[in-house]
Amino acid sequence: MTLVWLILIPFLGGLLCWQAERVNEVAPRWLALAAMALELAITLALWWGGDYRLPQVEAGPAWGLEWRVPWIPRFGIEVHLALDGLSLVLIALTSLLGLLAVLCSWREIVGRVGFFHLNLLWILGGVVGVFLAIDLFLFFFFWEMMLVPMYFLIALWGHSGAPGRTRIRAAVKFFIYTQASGLLMLVAILGLVFAQHAHSGEYSFSYAVLRETPLSDGLAMWLMLGFFVAFAVKLPVVPLHGWLPDAHAQAPTAGSVDLAGILLKTAAYGMLRFALPLFPEASQAFAPVAMGLGLVGVVYGALLACGQQDIKRLIAYTSIAHMGFVLIGIYAGTQLALQGVVVMMVAHAFSAAGLFILSGQLYERLHTRDMREMGGLWGRLGSLPAFTLCFAVASLGMPGTANFVGEFMILFGSFPVAPGVVVVASAGLVLAAIYSLLLMQRVHFGAPRGEGDWADLDRREYAMMLGLVALVLLFGLYPQPLLDTTGDAMGAVQRLFAASATLPALAGEVSP
Amino acid sequence: MTPAALLALSPLAIVAATILGVLLGIAWRRQHAATAVVTGVGLGLALSVLPLAWRMAPLATPLLVVDGLALFAMALILVAALACTTLGHAYLEHYRGAREEFYLLLLSAAAGAMVLAMSRHLASLFLGLELLSMPLYGMLAYAYHERRSLEAGIKYLLLSAAASAFLLFGMALLYAQTGQLDLAALTAGLAGRPGGWGLAGAGLMLVGLGFKLSVVPFHLWTPDVYEGGPGPAATFLATASKVAVFVVVLRLVTTAPAFQAEAMGAILAALALASMLVGNLLALRQANLKRLLGYSSIAHFGYLMLVLVVAGDLAVESGGVYLVTYLVTTLSAFGVVTLLSSPHGGEDAAALHHYRGLFWRHPYLAGVLTVSLLSLAGIPFTAGFIGKFYLLALGVEAQRWWLVAGIVLGSAIGLYYYLRVMVTLYLVEPGMRRRDVAVDWGGRAGGVVVAGLALVTILLGVYPAPMIAWVRELSVLAGG
Repeated sequence: MTLVWLILIPFLGGLLCWQAERVNEVAPRWLALAAMALELAITLALWWGGDYRLPQVEAGPAWGLEWRVPWIPRFGIEVHLALDGLSLVLIALTSLLGLLAVLCSWREIVGRVGFFHLNLLWILGGVVGVFLAIDLFLFFFFWEMMLVPMYFLIALWGHSGAPGRTRIRAAVKFFIYTQASGLLMLVAILGLVFAQHAHSGEYSFSYAVLRETPLSDGLAMWLMLGFFVAFAVKLPVVPLHGWLPDAHAQAPTAGSVDLAGILLKTAAYGMLRFALPLFPEASQAFAPVAMGLGLVGVVYGALLACGQQDIKRLIAYTSIAHMGFVLIGIYAGTQLALQGVVVMMVAHAFSAAGLFILSGQLYERLHTRDMREMGGLWGRLGSLPAFTLCFAVASLGMPGTANFVGEFMILFGSFPVAPGVVVVASAGLVLAAIYSLLLMQRVHFGAPRGEGDWADLDRREYAMMLGLVALVLLFGLYPQPLLDTTGDAMGAVQRLFAASATLPALAGEVSP
Repeated sequence: MTPAALLALSPLAIVAATILGVLLGIAWRRQHAATAVVTGVGLGLALSVLPLAWRMAPLATPLLVVDGLALFAMALILVAALACTTLGHAYLEHYRGAREEFYLLLLSAAAGAMVLAMSRHLASLFLGLELLSMPLYGMLAYAYHERRSLEAGIKYLLLSAAASAFLLFGMALLYAQTGQLDLAALTAGLAGRPGGWGLAGAGLMLVGLGFKLSVVPFHLWTPDVYEGGPGPAATFLATASKVAVFVVVLRLVTTAPAFQAEAMGAILAALALASMLVGNLLALRQANLKRLLGYSSIAHFGYLMLVLVVAGDLAVESGGVYLVTYLVTTLSAFGVVTLLSSPHGGEDAAALHHYRGLFWRHPYLAGVLTVSLLSLAGIPFTAGFIGKFYLLALGVEAQRWWLVAGIVLGSAIGLYYYLRVMVTLYLVEPGMRRRDVAVDWGGRAGGVVVAGLALVTILLGVYPAPMIAWVRELSVLAGG
């Protein structure tokens, strides 16, 4: 039942927030904060109390916690929730960033507060649902459902940028990209289900059952591509990234934090949980292409980040670059690389959220996001520039920050599989240093524009930033708890992937 | 006529009796509320005896058949007619002309739709279709002092007459080939080789019925008629009328071999694909909600035609589920438009700018419209998602990849205009509110119906198992 509550708390909390607006403006904020704090507390209690270093059973994945009831018996669809180390870490991340999203919109959002928090909490509820669902229908259900509140968040509370870049356009673009690619995934899911039906005569959307489906190579490749495209749009992988800069730039701060911190991670989670384990052979065959795409993302994201004028668009492009590393790590498929992917996801969530919150705070003070109008802000904004430096340094992967651990593990783990890719990707790290320092230079150093000082961070803002910096350093210096928790989940993925790589080779060898 | 047959046909008899009752009532004394109540009670009674009729099924008379498919369609038609009655009451409240005849026309059209759904003979098919269409001309032109309403009525009359001519010609060709008008005998006559005349006849019948379903390229009337017709009439046209015609086409396709010929399948698939794409593309630039819903219904029937192309067991079930979800969704979408409109204030409030900032004036009404738009777009948590899921499942199972691609592409295009309407509801208004719903809309019957429909939309989306079980039970007996 705990798992059900993890999903229900944000949904019910959202409804309460919506109605609490009748009381006063602040009630929804406190309610939302309480809901996310409760969610985080439950997750941490599960982390503390449970043992996620379960001995791997050969029969299939072992779940820390599981909950299932029939839902649509006609097609064997169940409400089937399960928790393992990977989903636990990501849910903890979701509730933490949810907390930050509520906090950072405390001053920014003034109109329609109740409805705003309804949308915010429903996004988080949908994301938690995605991380918990292992019935493919249910997974798709949450996957698509979380788009609607995100759409409202961007369309109603976003910022309109230059002409032709309105928030509604950005929201529509985001929605259509993700929904259309999601439908491809639905078709792929259905294809898999009917293949299983032809094989066993039973309908089932269960993860465990569908993993056993025998597929011809061609069919497996097509179905895998259906999944991959949906996840690639969300991650985003470079030719399919068109929605991301607009959505990030136009969204309110809380929306950007959720997008960069959590929504992008659902895609990586989907690849780790579904695309690879369901189609290991096809994924193995596709791996060079995927890694190539990841490489393109690393270089392309970094190059475009260097040329941006809008500070939020710059951070958005750095996300593309960082997610390129994640894609390389996932399709390298070694234990080290996969573990690195988890650390990278967590680290990127912290650093990107930190930078987005800081740019939101900057916007509240300067009322612009255009870097051409900034410059020489160091010393005139209190501690804000110093925090920006911390996260910029984290973003470029300085040793001591969690980002360094993640990138290092991904590159190290991928080297035996694809040395060429790693060599070029390492050059991407140099580009990361360039855009991060460019950001610092153009905003906070250089010739000062304009006169006067602005308010220092207040206690709420200071606490948020300090907490994030502490977490970045904590996981940078001691990532072991994270690795222990997700080790088995990643190990299972790695074994499947490795087995599919060696199988054809073994079959080809002539045994003496 | 045996007692069993009498009982099985009692829903139709009750509706017919209500027509007489309303007719006599109007002749005696004009009373708007009482007429609406009598209509509602009659339709409700007919709906409540459906389970009794179900016990007698399957039962066939020379002209009519009472089987699962017919009962299913009748249930949907009666629900739609009931909703239109309550919406009509709200809509006509301040209408200055004669108000009571509207219910007479509505009941007659409902009776026609029921006959059509039960028909197993080309004569009853034609009779039902005309009984459905004739009152609709009157309903569409009901606000005749409005130019657009009159235009809608006459347009529908002319094009409908042309379609009827096609239908009759097709029937004549089939008769020429087989010498039969009974569907079962026709099937036997065409078994083996349909022959050229038989195919041509089937094709012409398809043209006539395709017109009623507004399938591309017979769709040209749809947006104009939807836009011009009074709200409740357009609602009936979009729901009950289309459901009845679709059911009869489904019956034809599943029973008669002439419709299952290779060439016919290819034609149906092409029409389906064209409807999906044309409907969605033309809806993109609409600034009028009723026109937009008209184009979207073209697209939805394009999706639904996948059922006709595949025509298997799962197909009938999918068609049933999709019809239920489409009906509930369309009723609530049109219901909101109708509640916001009234004929005494000029044209219906269908232009998109009327809906700007609706959420901040009438949050619940805007919520209802949001739910129905999301459902039309097929987003999870709404009934529309279950319907779309079924169609995609059907397409994947039958490996009709072109049509599956069409549905995916059409949905992606469709999102754009549904979202455009949806976001309009939430934008801050620039200080204009020309048209408004009566303040206590929630207390009115129409408001309750619309809110209930939105609730059902969400319920079906979250827990569709009972609906699926019900449709399966009824579709078992189909094709009798």
